[in-house]
Amino acid sequence: MDPIVLRDLSRTFAMGDTAVHALRGVSLTVARGEFVAIMGTSGSGKSTLMNLLGCLDQPTAGDYVLDGVHVSRLDRRQLADIRNQKIGFVFQGFNLLPRTSALENVELPLLYDRTGRIADPRRQALAALDRVGLGDRIHHEPARLSGGQQQRVAIARALINQPAILLADEPTGNLDTHTSVEVMAVFQELNRQGMTILLVTHEPDIACYARRIIELRDGRIVRDEPVAGPRLADSDLAAWPVSGGGRP
Amino acid sequence: MKWRSLILAALRSIARNKLRSLLTMLGVIIGVGAVIALMALGRGSQADIQAQIAGLGTNLLIIHPTSSQTAGVRAGSGTLNTLEIGDVVILEENATLLQDVSPVIRVQEQVIAGSSNWNTQVNGVSVSYRQIRNHLMESGEFFSERDVKTRNKVAVLGRTVANELFPGQDPVGVQIRIRNVPFTVIGVLQSKGQSSMGQDQDDIILAPWSTVLYRLSDGKTVRTIMASAVSEEQMDEAKAEIRTLLREAHRIPAGGDDGFDIRDQSEINEMLTRITGTLTMLLSAIAGVSLLVGGIGIMNIMLVSVTERTREIGIRMAVGARPGDILLQFLIEAMILSLIGGIIGILAGVGGAQLLGALMGTAVMVSPLVICGSVAFTAAVGIFFGFYPARKASRLNPIDALRYE
Ligand SMILES: Nc1ncnc2c1ncn2[C@@H]1O[C@H](COP(=O)(O)OP(=O)(O)OP(=O)(O)O)[C@@H](O)[C@H]1O
Ligand SMILES: [Mg+2]
Repeated sequence: MDPIVLRDLSRTFAMGDTAVHALRGVSLTVARGEFVAIMGTSGSGKSTLMNLLGCLDQPTAGDYVLDGVHVSRLDRRQLADIRNQKIGFVFQGFNLLPRTSALENVELPLLYDRTGRIADPRRQALAALDRVGLGDRIHHEPARLSGGQQQRVAIARALINQPAILLADEPTGNLDTHTSVEVMAVFQELNRQGMTILLVTHEPDIACYARRIIELRDGRIVRDEPVAGPRLADSDLAAWPVSGGGRP
Repeated sequence: MKWRSLILAALRSIARNKLRSLLTMLGVIIGVGAVIALMALGRGSQADIQAQIAGLGTNLLIIHPTSSQTAGVRAGSGTLNTLEIGDVVILEENATLLQDVSPVIRVQEQVIAGSSNWNTQVNGVSVSYRQIRNHLMESGEFFSERDVKTRNKVAVLGRTVANELFPGQDPVGVQIRIRNVPFTVIGVLQSKGQSSMGQDQDDIILAPWSTVLYRLSDGKTVRTIMASAVSEEQMDEAKAEIRTLLREAHRIPAGGDDGFDIRDQSEINEMLTRITGTLTMLLSAIAGVSLLVGGIGIMNIMLVSVTERTREIGIRMAVGARPGDILLQFLIEAMILSLIGGIIGILAGVGGAQLLGALMGTAVMVSPLVICGSVAFTAAVGIFFGFYPARKASRLNPIDALRYE
């Protein structure tokens, strides 16, 4: 069963008298273990689509079937559980809790985990922060982290509950090239282990680490094709020129 | 969601806005503080009064005729309208539930000692009266059975009388004249102070009932009989026994009016309870109003807090917080806010009561029950007034909350 099936999905925002059509009939199927890059100009509806996929927003029309379940039929509580159990979400604007340490931000999803499936939350959180290269910043609050560091805390938080689907809205938008490739290496590793990943990006260089590229324009899918020979982040990192290291 | 982290998060958010939290709590602090302080003072003075009542004599029963004043119409045959000394003897000999029995023959007389004189109440009583009323001797001694039997003209003075007639002197052994009858002072009673009704209990002279009855009174009428029951539990049985004995003695037919009345301290206690009841109602009103005000303050600040933290709520929901989790978080925050206010209020109230008590010289009694009650009540206030804001928070839409500026 495909984890994500969208049928003719639309999302319209009412802005006073006018209606903004952010999505105009998007149909899409994403199979388990896919790594999809979503591209498109600013305002093309990428974030709107991600919010719908992440069960944060509801479509105006159309169907969203997640793991065989019609999302529109779920109540708020079931949606919360899906967000907690199945989906990891990296926001375009990070959305970290202010005045809360990086570690506690990363642990936040586990606070609402009722299944107890994650053993030793503290160790998991530390490992997740280590993975994104922030092992030495665990007690920093967001205000005392750089934009790129905040973005990496947000990535660690999205990974902490070991989701089946990772939705990342421009996770490398604030990162230098080297760190971006490091993040892509993490994503590719997770993808190899079976995680389904959808990633929004503006940069074609980043998109070609994915195995499929979808392009949105004016709320419609205008391109959907596999990447011919996706790049391997690990080998790119290995071949990285020493002087160009962008680690802060 | 784990309780520990819930409580921690609540404490943190309260600590983040210390001044605001404190101002929010002020209503609760003042309300609880006022109630605790007044309660402590009220209970303290109540205990004072109760001690005074106990000083009146333990298990005291007072028997009065009821009909002697209402002339004409009532007195049917066999009705008791005066008490006589024989009644005292009957009770003394036959009552099993009475510890002590004493007549009280009461005359108001001018008392002269040398050049001073004083108008006071002279009570003719028996030796056991001293036990009934818990009188202690300051100097000299009380009269004896022999004094009663031989109608000796001896007198025991209350502190006030002694002060008035013999300022700065020990009157024991000195002669006084009560309506021209010479009496020898043989003792002075220890002071009992004012009664709970504000009467001076030391403005009194005690003498053998026989002397007072035949020398100063009409030789017949006993105004009052005082008795003490063997135990507090058997007050009612003792009353019933007195009634039976007196009705038999006066051959009152079944259905006939007693013609006398037996009172005990429960009536005084009842009156006290009424006063305390009024006080309690007043306190409850103060508590109610101030906690209402405090509660509205909490509600107001929680609404502000929910608005301020809309994004935080969105983030929490985005990572999987159920509406119930958010509800609980804000409820607990409101409850803790109120609870801290309550605890500060209790401390302030106890401190204030101690201070006032020391200034006014009244006893202060802080009951653990009242403290536990206040704690529970303030928690309830927090939950009640925190519910609306918390529910508002829990009903937010995740994406709208996240976009909130
Ligand atoms: N809550 C909203 N109310 C009204 N209009 C909205 C709302 N959210 C998005 N839009 C509109 O929908 C369109 C798509 O927005 P969206 O955020 O999905 O773009 P995007 O592709 O993510 O752009 P970017 O690359 O700049 O992040 C835009 O025209 C935006 O103005
Ligand atoms: Mg966007």
